[in-house]
Amino acid sequence: MTHADRKNLFKGLAFCSPWLIGFLAFTLVPVALSFYYSLCDYTLLQNPHYIGAENYRMLWNDHVFFKSVINTLEFAALAIPSALGISLGLAILLNVKIPGQSFYRTIIFVPSLVPIVASCMVWLWLLNGKLGLVNILLAKIGIQGPSWLTDVLFTVGSPPDRVSYYWAMPALAFMGLWSVGQTVIIYLAGLQDVPQELYEAAEIDGAGAWGRMRHVTLPMISPVIFFNLIMAIIGTLQVFEKPYIMTQGGPARATYFFTQCLYENAFRFMKMGYASAMAWMELLLILALTGIAFWSSKRWVHYQGK
Amino acid sequence: MNLNKIAPRILTHAALLLICAGFLLPFFWMLSTSLKPLDQAMEFPPRFIPRTVPLYTYHNKVTPLPQNYYDVITSDRFDFPRFSRNTLIIAILCVTGTVISSSLVAYGFARINFRGRGVLFAIMLATMMIPFPVLMVSLFSIFRFLGDHTPIQFLGTFKPLWIGSFFGSAFNIFLLRQFFMTIPDELSDAARIDGCSEFAIFWRIILPLSKPALIVVGLFTFMAAWNDFLGPLVYLQRPEQYTLALGLQAFQSQHGGTPYNQLMAASVLIITPVIVLFFMAQKTFVQGIATTGLKG
Repeated sequence: MTHADRKNLFKGLAFCSPWLIGFLAFTLVPVALSFYYSLCDYTLLQNPHYIGAENYRMLWNDHVFFKSVINTLEFAALAIPSALGISLGLAILLNVKIPGQSFYRTIIFVPSLVPIVASCMVWLWLLNGKLGLVNILLAKIGIQGPSWLTDVLFTVGSPPDRVSYYWAMPALAFMGLWSVGQTVIIYLAGLQDVPQELYEAAEIDGAGAWGRMRHVTLPMISPVIFFNLIMAIIGTLQVFEKPYIMTQGGPARATYFFTQCLYENAFRFMKMGYASAMAWMELLLILALTGIAFWSSKRWVHYQGK
Repeated sequence: MNLNKIAPRILTHAALLLICAGFLLPFFWMLSTSLKPLDQAMEFPPRFIPRTVPLYTYHNKVTPLPQNYYDVITSDRFDFPRFSRNTLIIAILCVTGTVISSSLVAYGFARINFRGRGVLFAIMLATMMIPFPVLMVSLFSIFRFLGDHTPIQFLGTFKPLWIGSFFGSAFNIFLLRQFFMTIPDELSDAARIDGCSEFAIFWRIILPLSKPALIVVGLFTFMAAWNDFLGPLVYLQRPEQYTLALGLQAFQSQHGGTPYNQLMAASVLIITPVIVLFFMAQKTFVQGIATTGLKG
């Protein structure tokens, strides 16, 4: 290492030191600590004491925990594709050069700024079974809407294995569509970067609107779709505020998600060690799903030659 | 122009108008309910426009302030002035910390070519994948430990909510680095020849050129702090420390039968500052979001 190299290393580390310290104190140590806690019996009242893999064994047999994992995955399967699909559709519409374009863009974007707690209050009111605006509008076209946050959607099987699905889960996914603004903006930026020549070339080759979409737009913006997918996975797997505030995880734990399970075990039941094991499961789940996304991206994400 | 050209544009307008109406409806409904007296808010079928808007009367003089808003601001269940003050204190500390620390770190990553930079940067990006819920149990115990073993208390104070922002946040470092990289190297080289220290280059040349990016980071941070719910829920203990988000949730859950008109008025009060901020810096803001998604 030359003198200049050493000087640069020193300077670089000096500038990066706030993050380096923060990374150690607020990420690395907590992650390591949470692994240690996950192997401990640790209530807030006494010091952690080592019990090996007992917490993980208990997790394996914990129906409530499993329910929360399944719910979270179901919610992700419902919310992620619908949000990504609809925001792509919106972005395509908002990319058409027409007068009033920036006005439309602003309106679609603004709801994503609404603080999540306020958004929960508004939707509690909108989804109200009797007086909610959603049901009033549905009534106008002759549909009687359910009590969205409490009613059963459908039931499968017969007792004792009867499983009920509730409207609350799709209702939460639906209200998420109101705040897709940021995703739409990111899509739009991607759409604007598609070179116009490609569309002209495709048109000369006889491609219709659908052909241009399928063979030009989608491949060209696939890195942006991928980025939005990753962000959506990370965001959806930790969903907390909406169910916690609007349904308290109900009805019958139908919207009881991972993070609420973790939160309640840690701060309501004071089972900090057990909750740490859950935290590790959550981290692994996020890693696994983003890992699958990365693996699949080789097949559908096209990067322009760099 | 022939019909073939016009028809798609008209269809696009029609679709967008319909969708925009849908996106605006919740705002409209919230505003409308927030102005109604309770009996009108709960009447069936409801009206879109309030029949009457009761206004707050002070010493027999009618003020322009709707009664519901007055009731919310002075309510003993929703201490609006105190919650706003708490939220503002936390948000301002977070903004200060994030802007200072993230720009320093971003400068290091963007403009100094040192060994191991690539690895460190990759690690930093990877930390964005670790969500707060995963860390909250151990962070809580760390803050508790510090409170037990040092004279400084953390739990039940605002500190855990802002202290981390003084150590850079991955997302904002990334955003600023992207911006710093677009500034020509010649500027720094010229300053270096004139005998500027690295810090002086950062402070006197790069920062003044990066105002739009710094504003975006500041806005993002402010909004994140304003919106945060889980953090305050974990760390704050006494109601007088609540932030607006936490206070609104408490307001809603403490009432058995929620008076929706007041709840909507409180929501309007919490939403307004964010929307106003957005419109003040709209262009910078949208560009900021777009950059994060593209240059990854």
